[in-house]
Amino acid sequence: MHLVQQLLFVIAFAAAVYLFTRKAREIRRNILLGRDVQPYDNPAQRWRNVLLLAFGQKKMFRNPLVAVLHFFVYAGFLIINIEILEIILDGVFGTHRLFAPLLDGLYPVLIGCFEILAVLVLSGCAIFLVRRNFLKLKRFIGHDLDGWPRSDANYILITEIVLMVLFLTMNTADLVLQSRGADHYVAAGPFWISGMLTPILSGLSDGSLVALERGCWWLHILGVLAFLNYLPYSKHLHIILAFPNAYYADLRPKGKMENMPAIQKEVQSMLNPEQATNDTAVEGIPKFGAKDIQDLTWKNLLDAYSCTECGRCTAACPANITGKKLSPRKIMMDTRDRAEEIGRVINKQGTFQEDGKALLRDYISEEELRACTTCNACVQECPVSINPLHIILQLRRHLVMEESSAPAEWNMMFSNIENNMAPWKFAPDDRDQWATGN
Amino acid sequence: MTIKTMAEYAASGETPEVLFWVGCAGSFDQRAQKITKAFATILDKAGVRFAILGKEENCTGDPARRAGNEFIFQMMAQNNIQVLNGYGVQKIVTACPHCFNIIRNEYPELGGNYEVLHHTTFLQQLIDAGKIRLTDASSFKGKKITYHDSCYLGRANNIYEAPRKVLEALDAELVEMKRCRSKGLCCGAGGAQMFKEEEKGDTRINFERGREAVATGASVIAANCPFCMTMLTDGVKEQGKEDSVQVLDIAEIVARQLGD
Repeated sequence: MHLVQQLLFVIAFAAAVYLFTRKAREIRRNILLGRDVQPYDNPAQRWRNVLLLAFGQKKMFRNPLVAVLHFFVYAGFLIINIEILEIILDGVFGTHRLFAPLLDGLYPVLIGCFEILAVLVLSGCAIFLVRRNFLKLKRFIGHDLDGWPRSDANYILITEIVLMVLFLTMNTADLVLQSRGADHYVAAGPFWISGMLTPILSGLSDGSLVALERGCWWLHILGVLAFLNYLPYSKHLHIILAFPNAYYADLRPKGKMENMPAIQKEVQSMLNPEQATNDTAVEGIPKFGAKDIQDLTWKNLLDAYSCTECGRCTAACPANITGKKLSPRKIMMDTRDRAEEIGRVINKQGTFQEDGKALLRDYISEEELRACTTCNACVQECPVSINPLHIILQLRRHLVMEESSAPAEWNMMFSNIENNMAPWKFAPDDRDQWATGN
Repeated sequence: MTIKTMAEYAASGETPEVLFWVGCAGSFDQRAQKITKAFATILDKAGVRFAILGKEENCTGDPARRAGNEFIFQMMAQNNIQVLNGYGVQKIVTACPHCFNIIRNEYPELGGNYEVLHHTTFLQQLIDAGKIRLTDASSFKGKKITYHDSCYLGRANNIYEAPRKVLEALDAELVEMKRCRSKGLCCGAGGAQMFKEEEKGDTRINFERGREAVATGASVIAANCPFCMTMLTDGVKEQGKEDSVQVLDIAEIVARQLGD
């Protein structure tokens, strides 16, 4: 019987790891569809960002109450994973609480800490569920989240609550069995939280308790393995990608826009024909701006996969606040959805073949792009270092330079700058009139 | 006060301490011209030897670049850099945060390397160095002033304190809007929005910001950007408060308080 259980466990575990790895590689491949950038300078500052922004969740603390709750859930979830190690080893070797004899007196303290964290995670998730579904916060009732994204958020919270309840129930049943000196249940307690819960289960027979304990143990670990495989399909992937995303975050001032060396060179040779080199010819016709995800950088795509759809960007967006269509969160969700769509085509056909769709227009409309004031509020607010503005600006470049699609007023502004060296139609000779007073 | 151009300095074989980059709004927009004059007056009174480019100044290319037209940006930027480098300009001050941002952050990789200051930082330095004295009989004394962070000075370049320090030197009561500093709400002009109609929505961004600024009860809204100036002025009008609430640039506020 034990051997069968061990075998089943190893199969389940191996399958979970295999499936997760396969999907993770697929996501990595999708991200690398983006054009190359080199955000590798200044590693010291980058590691500092990982520590402060990802581990320390610095930006979450712009709203301290939520930050503390989120920190409990996050820290709890991470630290409780140490316990998963024991569970996995027990599963493989058919042992029970393998670490108990090794750690001796430290063991109940450790489990006690995990239990306290479990309670914090549980209450944090419960509060978040209420907040998300009943408090009508604008960023949670926004239409960006209609359908799957809203369910996704609830599934995550409910799963975490269920996992924590299973963990605590398992420990409680275990404690009662330990106190009865049941076979196989080594005395590893007392545990702090489940120790208080034992009266609830003390009326059960040994057989029921063993069934309960085993049932919870199996459901818990299978739940964890299933959740692991749910991550790559969910917004919850941020618990992993927030770290690399913080490392690769842009270190330059937010106001700086990405240069376009191809155009720089072209204009250079136009202004100074004598300095012109003919090396531009060999590069072929460059594409300007971005129409689809392959034109974006891989950091933009990593951003998209790191987004947990919290909506802090959209809540701070002046365009969105005043009722325009633009939502930076939607920009990120669209980018990820399109990357996934292209990924599915590649899975099917081996390489990507034009599917007649693009990020621009099929996902993100011109109206959304036109509403952006480039104020950087979305970039500022994002707790996981996502830059929606960079994507918006690249799409705008495509619209204007590849499609000549701009509002008439912008075309007027362009021609004013070109002809009068100012965005308005004033005579260049009047530029210093304020000083001369004529 | 006579304002000399770089060409005039060069002709006389002199170099100014700093180039005052006026910008298109500061040069042509009637309201912004007042800011330009106020800042030039302060520089003059403080004995700063400054020059302007005059007719040789072109648009930095900011609205074109942000709208998506890189060609026009590159033409403007490279022309400007050629002129600036031709005069050997080292230090630039400007009263426009868009010009400030683009010259400071985007000109270097095109070959334009200068020390660039926004005028609010420059004013703070002048006050700290004792080069300008503010009169004790401050007409802002005891008045409520609220300060609007422009996006291109604030979030884009992390400058939040210099303008506030200048205002604190006035003995006025500085009241903050709820959305201030890195949480400051845009006026609605950036990203070339200044040059087009807003997209469809429930309200205008400058109305939203105007409402918030008026709600502080301040009688002066301090701005640091000629585009915010236009937007906020309209926002205040929309609230029907144009008679009781003034929108002033920090340079104008300082210029009114200049001691001898």
